[in-house]
Formats: sequence, structure tokens, C-alpha cells
Amino acid sequence: MTLDTKFTNQEFKVVGTRPPRPDGTDKVTGRARYGADASAPGQLVGLVLRSPHAHAKIKKIDTSKAEALKGVKAVITSADLPDLTKGDRGMLDILENCMARGRALYDGHAVAAVAAIDTATARKALKLIKVDYQVLPHVTDVDEAMKPNAPIVQPHVRTVGADPKAEKASNVAQISQFGHGDVDAGFARADVVVERSYKTEQTHQGYIEPHACLASMGPDGQGELWVTTQGHFTFRNICANLLGIDIAKLKVTSSEIGGGFGGKTHVWVEPVALALSRKANRPVKVVMSRDEVFRATGPTSSTSVDVKIGATRDGRITAASATLRYQDGAFPGIWGMLGAMTAFACYDLENVKTVGYDVLVNRPKVTAYRAPSAPMAAFGVESTVDLLAAKLGMAPIDFRIRNAAKEGTRASYGPTYGPIGIGPTLAAAKSHPHMKAPLGKNQGRGMACGFWFNFGGQTCTDLNIGVDGTVSLTVGTVDVGGSRASLSLIAAEELGIPYERVRCTIADTASLGHNDTTEGSRGTFSSGMATIFAARNAIDVMRERAAKTWEIDAAEVEWKDGKAVAVGAAHSNLAPLSLEELAAKSPRTGGPIAGHNEVVADGAGVSFATHICDVEVDPETGKTQVVRYTVIQDAGKAIHPDYVEGQFQGGAAQGIGWALNEEYVYGADGRLQNAGFLDYRIPVCSDLPFIDTQILEIPNPNHPYGVRGVGETSIVPPLAAIANAVSNAAGVRMTHIPMSPPRILKAINNAKLNLAAG
Amino acid sequence: MSGIHVATTINGDAVEFVCHPTETLLDVLRDRLGLTGAKEGCSSGDCGACSVTVDGRLVCSCLVLGAEAEGRAVTTVEGLAVNGALHPLQSKFIEHAALQCGICTPGFLVAAKALLDRNPDPTEEQIRYALAGNLCRCTGYDKIVRAVGAAAKQISKQRG
Repeated sequence: MTLDTKFTNQEFKVVGTRPPRPDGTDKVTGRARYGADASAPGQLVGLVLRSPHAHAKIKKIDTSKAEALKGVKAVITSADLPDLTKGDRGMLDILENCMARGRALYDGHAVAAVAAIDTATARKALKLIKVDYQVLPHVTDVDEAMKPNAPIVQPHVRTVGADPKAEKASNVAQISQFGHGDVDAGFARADVVVERSYKTEQTHQGYIEPHACLASMGPDGQGELWVTTQGHFTFRNICANLLGIDIAKLKVTSSEIGGGFGGKTHVWVEPVALALSRKANRPVKVVMSRDEVFRATGPTSSTSVDVKIGATRDGRITAASATLRYQDGAFPGIWGMLGAMTAFACYDLENVKTVGYDVLVNRPKVTAYRAPSAPMAAFGVESTVDLLAAKLGMAPIDFRIRNAAKEGTRASYGPTYGPIGIGPTLAAAKSHPHMKAPLGKNQGRGMACGFWFNFGGQTCTDLNIGVDGTVSLTVGTVDVGGSRASLSLIAAEELGIPYERVRCTIADTASLGHNDTTEGSRGTFSSGMATIFAARNAIDVMRERAAKTWEIDAAEVEWKDGKAVAVGAAHSNLAPLSLEELAAKSPRTGGPIAGHNEVVADGAGVSFATHICDVEVDPETGKTQVVRYTVIQDAGKAIHPDYVEGQFQGGAAQGIGWALNEEYVYGADGRLQNAGFLDYRIPVCSDLPFIDTQILEIPNPNHPYGVRGVGETSIVPPLAAIANAVSNAAGVRMTHIPMSPPRILKAINNAKLNLAAG
Repeated sequence: MSGIHVATTINGDAVEFVCHPTETLLDVLRDRLGLTGAKEGCSSGDCGACSVTVDGRLVCSCLVLGAEAEGRAVTTVEGLAVNGALHPLQSKFIEHAALQCGICTPGFLVAAKALLDRNPDPTEEQIRYALAGNLCRCTGYDKIVRAVGAAAKQISKQRG
């Protein structure tokens, strides 16, 4: 029964407590080593030359002067990264994004790279590379890119999912449809129908640590990569594939990671660093500048979304539909598809239809950003839900409770839900003191719901018991926000020992089997599951050792509170053997005691949240201040509540920045105009209030401890919750994110003009 | 480019180094002296991850030249713990889970210490404005503000 994933509903001793995290001291003393904190003997500095054009043909690259500069050890272009992808277009896209092949597809696209003895020399070398560009027409707006006469970003792309089959090149890479029932019939039955269009601008994950790596390739074809990443095994496989290296010959070590939020699930500069090192025969360190992070890594989509919802007078939704246009940047992605899947996931709908468009534009390749695509869909849906509730004269909370999905609901994206948390989060919101607190002048309250799938995936964990009875827990999921603490708690719980006796380490790729990237809120869910099974595996070994010591059958030995206990009256004379005692004896009872587990951690429970937000809008300036914020989310089981709350608060704060301030601003020339933290302003300490949290625990039936991922859902409701609050405060419906002061002022003034004209 | 010889004090130790005129104090700390606690998040003074104090004044070390350290006293995150004993800010950051990824933590600790050195009993608002030059993308600042407040209380209790 060691692999039984079913929820056990056990009483916990250490799970649910809040001990100090094992990496805490390293991180408060400056000892923790991040991507840019490693060095190797003889290392070179790698820098990348990037396209200043949104779209341009690269007619010629002359690197001769750069190569001749003293101190330059390697210069590479796409010629040094030959296509070894054997027809795998997805892999070729990754390679082409790492280094332009004949065409620069966005402002910031890499076109060449150098390795030199120091930064000053490398900078000089970049200036000596002559690139002959022929500028091509470009498109950066998602709606513009869908027009028939738009410049084509990728001539080879034919729309997937088009009916009839697409034969001409298009910027629409994919059309995805979801839903069930008959929406036309449903709308016909509705007493009230609301239809609105919404736009959101592009945002970046904004992790404080820029991408950084230290690459070392030897002439023997063996290599090492130290890198800040959410998934070093995935990075290893992709880099090995792109560079023609055997997977086992490339060892990748994940550094401490200074934030990822999805942006470090993907390779950007790492294959380039390895190629530079291979050519120079020296280790090469590449650290991106903040400008490069904004221009040339993977922000999330800008979007254009239409939502239509109809309901009967008694507040029951009869039909809901949405068209969601998401830009993918210059390479096809699945972002419109995810938007279409998540849009109506919170609701119990008889008739629902969503259509997602994945659209190519001349912007950087979009990658995941925390619950990717769900916040923008939720913005449109939850804003429309509020409008509909107002038309029906119902409180937004009551309208949502009336229509919330529940166990047995067929989700709008296909599956039927098991036990879920949307209803309980709504009920908790309704009875929360925040909902009833009085509002001041120019203040408004908004609420919204959010959903995320969560993910499990391939996981591999080792648990080794030292002769002193302390435990080394070795996992392969990168710790992005405290998972070493939660996994240590799980190991301690399962073995029946104190938390302090477990030390959790993230293994490099040579020391453990494959682990999927830490994404989809899977770290604590999947490595937690593998840790439970590895511990149970070690317990089986200890039971056998005890049985051997006592010369009885292993079946007669139970594991209880950290001890092997002989069962039955016949063995009442046998004193229990503790983990420490068994560990001390282990050299003489069969050698080291260890437990292992390899698993595809299926059954990641879906996650729901409800947020409540109060804002104050200054009618003179259009500036919005968030004055109160409450997050209510289902965690399944909170292993370490501090870090669960931290995920809730962090997601809400990112959502607040997205809702009010953050956006990529492109000029008419297709160049990004605000590639820095001064002009791309993320929330600072004085912008925010304390963010209250309420953790609900509706156990995931597919995890022994009931765990659901908690990392992502918290960013889904804020755009809509804040838009609803701002709309209530300002008296105008806001349909364009971010609601920056100029946009709010414009909306207020337009409403005044309409009133005067009306 | 010829180097400049600089004699300075870092975390109480006399230190000498040679740097180029264009090198920042952050470059020197990280690349020449191996003090990688200060982080580079932006190189433009916007994120505060590289915060250090120079003669007690809080600065972004990415905006100070290495040569400007001549004759001064620089304190970095590596200098906060004394003889292995964590500063109350450091212990309270751990206790209150005021860090997730931890990349901004060194800068926050240095900035928070600079605050408490001049204002031992700050209000929530004073904490928030004093730390507004340090970006954190993980926490929403909630637990950071609480940790700084708790550290202030502990320090004043220790002082009696």
C-alpha cells in the first residue's frame, strides 16, 4: 500500500506548524548562492547583442572586428547553433528564440554573443559586431495582428484548429474551443444578458533576480551548468537536445532562485552560454541586465476579451460565452487556450462556450506567469458577472454563490469536479468582517473569484538516514518559496521524528532521477507525495531491520511514533526500537537505510479563491490606493501555513501591480519604451496595505495529506476584484487594465461628458 | 584603463583593492572581494537589492563607484551578524517568514537596520516608506513589515 495516494485524514503532529525554514539563515546572512553568485576558475564574461528592431531581416553579421579584439575568446551567431532538432518545430522555436536565425522577430531578440576576459572587453566587442538589418513591417497589438493585412510574424505558421483547414500563413497560431450545452438556446432563455469587451496590457513576472548562469563545456563533450531556474532537469534536457550533448553528460545544478513565477521555466540565454563555453573552451558566466530581462525573456500575454453572460431574473446563469485573444509574442504558445479553459471554471453552467485565439506579434516569446492566462480571463468574466448582478439587483456575492460550481459540476473545460473549494471560499467571504466594513469617501469595494488547475508531474525523491538518525531528504523540485521547509515537515511527520532532524536538499541533475519543472503549483504537492512514499519505503526497510534484530517476521512489526514496535502479546517483551537505534545498528544489519520514490504525481486538486478588495480613487488625479485586501483560498492542507499565506499575499500583490500600474509600453517603432523598474513600476512597500489571508482546507482526495498546490490561484482574482472596486469607487466601469491614473481620469471625464451630452 | 588603489573598511575589516574607475562598489564587493550578499537586480538604483551603508548612510551600491569607498566604512549584509549571532532583524525575518525567494532579503535587512538605527520605534507607515526603495516580488511586503516591527520591539526590550 506504499503507493496509495488516497487522502488518509490522519491527525498531524508536525504538519501545519510553522518552524523556521532550513535555508533561512543562509538567506539572511548573504551566504545563499543565487544564479550570479557562482564563479569558476578562468571564467569569461558572456554578453549578448540584441536586435534594436521589432522585425528585421538579418542580411549579414560581420563579427571579424569583434573576434580580433584582444581579450575576446569567442563570438557566436546562429551559425554556431546549428539546427539539430530533427523536424521538431517546437524545439526549433526555442533555438530560434535563443538566437535569431535570419530574422529578428522582436526588439531584444538575440542576434550574436561574445565571451571575453572581462565585462569591459565584452561590451567593446558587442559594439564591433556589424549587423546589416533590413527593417520589416511589424505588429505588436493583438487585435491588429489578427487583421487580414497585418505583417506576418511567422510565415510557416498555419492556424491549428481552423475550420476549414488553414492554407495561408496567419498570425493566429491556434484556435481552441471549449464548452458544452447550447449557448444560443441558453441566451434565448435569459431575462438579462450583459456583453462587454475588455483589454489587458502585457506584464512581466518581475522577479528581482535577473537570469544568470555559469556554463562550462569541455573538449570531451561533458558539461556543467549552474543556473537560476525553476526546472534544472528540463533545462538539461532542452540544452542537451539543442546543442547535441548526451543528456547524462550535462550536469545542471539549480542555484538558489531569486523569483521565477513561471519566467524561469524556460531557457533563454543558457544554450547560448553553453555554446560560448564550447567555442571558447573556458567557463562562461552570463548575467542578464534588467533591460534584457524585460526585452528578451518571457512576459505574459496582452489580451483582448469579449464576454457575454445571460441569466434569469432569479439570478441563475442560463448561458455564458467568451472570445479570448491572447498574444503569444513571436512564437506559438498555448496561452489563449488556457484562457479559454479557465474563463468560466468557477461556475456551474448548463450552456457555456469559449473560443481562445493564440496570436503572434513582434514581441518577446510569452511564457508562463503564475496561473498563466487565467487572470485576464477572470478579469473579463468577473467584471461581467458584477455587471449582471447589478442589473438583476443582486449582491455580487449572492449572485456568485447562486451560480458557483460544486462537486459533480461539469467544468466548462471538460472534467467533472470532485470536492472543490469555490463554494466554501464564497461562503467565507460572505461572512467575513471585511464584507461588512464601512467604506469612506471615494472608496469602493470589489470582489472576484479565481481558479487554477494545478499540476503534478514526474517526481523523484531520495530519503537517506544517517547513522545518527538524522535524515537527508533529497528532492528535485526547485524550492521557489519555502518548499524545503514543507517537505521536511512531511518527512518528519511520516517518520515520526522532530522537524529539526531532517535536512532537505535540492539535488543536481546527476544525483537524482528526472523531476519536472517547479510549475503548476506542484512543488509541495508532488515532492510532498514522493517524500511520503520515500519515507514509507524507508520505514519498510526499518521494519525489516527490526524484525531481523528480533528474529521475527517483518509483518509483525509496525511503525509508530518514530519507532519499530513488535505487534501482539507474544512479543510484549520486545522493547520498541527507535529510528535512532535502528540507524546506529544499520552498518551491521544490512547497511545504509534509505527510501526512494519515483512517481508521476497525478491528481493535483484544482484550486479556487475569492478575494475582497477596498480601494480609494482620487477623482482629481485618478490615482488608486488599495486600502484593504482579503484573500480566501482553499489550500487542501496547509503544510507550513506561513508559506501558504506568503503565496496568497504575493499573488495578490502581483495582481495589484498588474491591475493598477504595470504594462509594457511599445512605441510606434515597435520598441519597448519602459524596460526598467523605474518606468515599469511594480508595487513598493508604501503602495500596499497588510494583505489579510484566510486558509481553507478542503482536502484533495488524491493526496495522502490532502494537499493542493497554492502558488498560483492567488493572482487570478485581483485584476477583476480591483476593477470591480475601482468601478464602484469611481462610478464608471473600467474595462482596460492597468487602471493607471490617466486611464481612470479619462474614464471619469468621458462619463461626465456622456452625462452632459445625454 | 589603469586601476585605482582603494583602502577602505568593510564590515569592520581593513580592506584594500584595485579597481577600474568605472567599476561600481557593487561590482567590487561581488567580483573582487567575493562578498556576493549584495545583489544586482537592476543596476539603476530602482530595486535596492544592492543596499549597503557607507559611513552609516544607506546607499544603492550599484550607484556608488568602487573608488568612492576610499577611507570610508562600508557595511554589507555579511556584516550584520556579530560573532555568529544573528541581528534581531535577521532572526525576525526567519521567524516571521518574511522571505520567500530571499534575493531581496539582504537589501531589506540593510535598509531596515538603517531605519532602526535612526528611528528605533517606527510606525507601520514609517517602516513602509523607509523600505519603499527596496523591491520584493514574492511577499507583498506584509510579513516584512511585521518582521521589522517585531525586531524593533526586541531591540528596544534588549536595551531595557
